[in-house]
Amino acid sequence: MDQTVSIRVNGAHRRVPAGISVAELARELGLEPARVAVERNLEIVPRSTLAAVAVEDGDAYEIVTFVGGG
Amino acid sequence: MSDTWSVAGRTFTSRLIVGTGKYKSFEQNAAAVAASGAEIVTVAVRRVNVSDPGQPLLTDFIDPKKITYLPNTAGCFTAADAVRTLRLAREAGGWDLVKLEVLGEAKTLYPDMRETLKATETLVAEGFRPMVYCVDDPIAARQLEEAGAVAIMPLGAPIGSGLGIQNRVTIRLIVEGAGVPVLVDAGVGTASDAAVAMELGCDGVLMNTAIAEAKDPVTMARAMKLAVESGRLAYLAGRMGQRRYADPSSPLAGLI
Repeated sequence: MDQTVSIRVNGAHRRVPAGISVAELARELGLEPARVAVERNLEIVPRSTLAAVAVEDGDAYEIVTFVGGG
Repeated sequence: MSDTWSVAGRTFTSRLIVGTGKYKSFEQNAAAVAASGAEIVTVAVRRVNVSDPGQPLLTDFIDPKKITYLPNTAGCFTAADAVRTLRLAREAGGWDLVKLEVLGEAKTLYPDMRETLKATETLVAEGFRPMVYCVDDPIAARQLEEAGAVAIMPLGAPIGSGLGIQNRVTIRLIVEGAGVPVLVDAGVGTASDAAVAMELGCDGVLMNTAIAEAKDPVTMARAMKLAVESGRLAYLAGRMGQRRYADPSSPLAGLI
């Protein structure tokens, strides 16, 4: 039985443990959830709910932060 | 003398907004921001580097608690992409003051005003306070203001060109017609260009490349600070009228 789910993060395919939250996904990627913004299947995941939203098979995530720009 | 300006309910003393792109290092960027006296910096929204998440971040060098981050939509060519980017920016930063730019083509980076207006309407409906990059067209500026733009930011010349204010007449017309702050955004190359924008009555100037690509960015940042202050003072002082001393239309009658 497969204990992982298949998702896309910033355009790249990735397998992560089944049942984790979006906050846990960020930490699994080495990111501090408080310093990024997350879009899940084209919908913003409010920072306050990152720990409550479960990662599901087939999800597509965009995880962004601020960089230098004009 | 207190000479402040306000946008979307926030009041600032510095009339210079600087970008944070194209610098050699975060340290140089931070030093230039300090020298410029800017209270607002523009930032871009980009995917985190998932393969190397430990890299230093802009926020480690320029403190968003002290300097207002103005997220932009640089690189967006449709209203939908720009709105999507700013929804993420609002979540990342926690504030609603944003810079909207929707570009029409890569060669000139000229704004696509149809998409820009559409995005402005959507953003305002969602509670954003967009400062909007636009063409130097007084009619377009009025339409943006009617749509709820909190600041009008016409280009002086194409982004990154350093060509200076190409059409003083249209910038002045926008200033005269606007009920919200007007800031020249893009095209400034050197200090005198910034002074020209301020002498035309603009509320501020936004620039990135002119500082970042100077041989000494920190010194240029200070030059821009002084130029913006000089131009503002000259505008407030009210310049002398221009006279055509050598105008050849003097009467020829009566010559001996």
